[in-house]
Amino acid sequence: MSSPRNLSYCQAINEAFHQTMEADPSVFLIGQGVKSPWYVGSTTRGLIERFGQERVIDSPISENGITGAAVGAAIAGMRPVVVHPRMDFMLYAMDPIINEAANWFYMSGGRSNAPVVFWGIINRRGEQAAQHSQAMHAVFAHVPGLKVVMPATAYDAKGLMVAAIQDPNPVVFVDERLLYGHAGPVPEEIYQVEIGKGCIRREGCDVTIVAVSLMVHEALLAAYQLAENDIEAEVIDLRTVKPLDQELIVSSVKKTGRLVIADAGWQSFGISAEIAALVSEQAFDDLKEPIMRVALPDCPAPASMALEEDYYSSAVDIVEAARKITRERKNIWRAR
Amino acid sequence: MNKGGKMTHDQERLQYLYRMMLRIRCFEEGLVDPILNREIRTPCHLCSGQEAVAVGLCAALSKDDYIFGSHRSHGHFLAKGGSLNALAAEIYCKEKGCSRGRGGSMHLVDPDVGMLGSAPIVSGTISLAVGAALAASLRKDGRVAVSFFGDGATGEGVLYESLNFAALKKLPIIFVCENNLYATHMPIRECRVDIPIHRIAEPFGIENHMVDGNDVLAVYDAGLKAVEVCRNGEGPVFLECMTYRFRGHVGPDDNVQGLHTDIRPKTELASWLNKDPIQRLERYLIEHIGIGVMDVQKIKDTVAQEVREAKTFAENSPRPRGKELNEYVFA
Repeated sequence: MSSPRNLSYCQAINEAFHQTMEADPSVFLIGQGVKSPWYVGSTTRGLIERFGQERVIDSPISENGITGAAVGAAIAGMRPVVVHPRMDFMLYAMDPIINEAANWFYMSGGRSNAPVVFWGIINRRGEQAAQHSQAMHAVFAHVPGLKVVMPATAYDAKGLMVAAIQDPNPVVFVDERLLYGHAGPVPEEIYQVEIGKGCIRREGCDVTIVAVSLMVHEALLAAYQLAENDIEAEVIDLRTVKPLDQELIVSSVKKTGRLVIADAGWQSFGISAEIAALVSEQAFDDLKEPIMRVALPDCPAPASMALEEDYYSSAVDIVEAARKITRERKNIWRAR
Repeated sequence: MNKGGKMTHDQERLQYLYRMMLRIRCFEEGLVDPILNREIRTPCHLCSGQEAVAVGLCAALSKDDYIFGSHRSHGHFLAKGGSLNALAAEIYCKEKGCSRGRGGSMHLVDPDVGMLGSAPIVSGTISLAVGAALAASLRKDGRVAVSFFGDGATGEGVLYESLNFAALKKLPIIFVCENNLYATHMPIRECRVDIPIHRIAEPFGIENHMVDGNDVLAVYDAGLKAVEVCRNGEGPVFLECMTYRFRGHVGPDDNVQGLHTDIRPKTELASWLNKDPIQRLERYLIEHIGIGVMDVQKIKDTVAQEVREAKTFAENSPRPRGKELNEYVFA
């Protein structure tokens, strides 16, 4: 690989589009706001100029119909990416996503497949309230037939978008507008990040923190603070929500005996519950302490900034959760 | 190539239309007993009485063109060229079915003949057909897509989203509404205002026509014209085909007066039985084309034999094995 340059998260997605569209004429983008920086930042910069309006289709506000058209085009041999600049609007498209695309390969006995990417952007914070801030990844991960990826870094944003576009079946690509300015090393050439594989962002032996998307950065901040108190946290970045990298999570918990799960979505019935169940099934005897969850409370997103501070979790909450399961038994937590 | 609009058709074409409608009828009526005795359990929405729409329209398409169907798509599948054996085996939920026993009656697919799929979520495949037309348009490959749906689909919002987008992009798609006057148990006059369905296409600037859906030649001619419009880049086209199902919404049940599913007046059913599309074409063949009664009988015998063989094929096909439950699961 060439030496990577630093690119922002949204530039990395943009490069994924440029390279996949160049390599494969069946790739196209469609969705409301796809040519507007107001909606999609700079993720689509230069695409219309290079590939034309035929392959970068800014659509009417018809999420159900347009998402269905993307699914149908995929069934007919294309590789569309359909964007939902606010994930909340994807709910209009649940029928083509779940009833049709997710089930398509199975219910045709493998005779037909739908290689479509459903790209949903989470827009948390900014006093945007309940219908402009929702993180719906667990809803999609619940459904057989949908892969769900959530990159935390610029490198993964490009590699997972490429992998999602090249996958033979539907992939839900969920990103965070708050990460769009985050920069990191990104190789120039086209590459995939394997769907279904997480990675260890920081090694540690005292507690495992499993995090996803934005929460990976909070987990790394938390790990830094914990280390100041001699607690070494291992931080796992899921990268893919489904299929879950079970082996990576279980082997880390077997090493540390403690687990904090930091999700970007709601707590109840979400991925933190799924991971907790997985660990109690596969590593119960290795657990030294109860599993802790850091997730959004079961409450709609508020508008007021004052309420947002209580609503969104951060590194502080992860540190607090890790403290609860490390300080007494290990007796290593020093009062600050 | 037929230019469309011609009201004369060659004998071979006429016999094809007759044989295909008869194949669908004969096959579906052969499902009645196995459904009643529970040999067949997958919900079967029979299209007896509506065969002319599927057959007339698909006869106007080429093999490469695309169609999407609905919950009532045995006819669409066969008319587009799907295998009778594979359809029978699918309805018996067997491994040799077109969807390998994973789909059943409501999920029929044969990509090799352009039958891209069918699904029972009402209106669910309309946008998919728009997408197939979009794919054809992007590739400039000259294909046309057809979306078959019922009058009940006019209650779903996605139909209007699809009409708008297809019109906006001038997509090569034919929207075919099979108006059989009932949305499951609901008479159409209880579902929508009394304005002909094809007129919903007007505000989108889409060419639209009402067609006698029990006249296979009328459907065929309308189909040829619509295909030509679409191939010329002047799509979409909306066709409302007036028809009637002889059987109930699902299964053999007639949904007629006096039964526990009392819905349709007996006189109404009787009047439509008089307009049976297969008998109409049969009379036309004998009285106007000069095909002999013996030739017609020969076609009937051949079709009956095919259907018997398909049933035997289905019965003898293995079921998917239990351990193969996860065969087509990837996430």
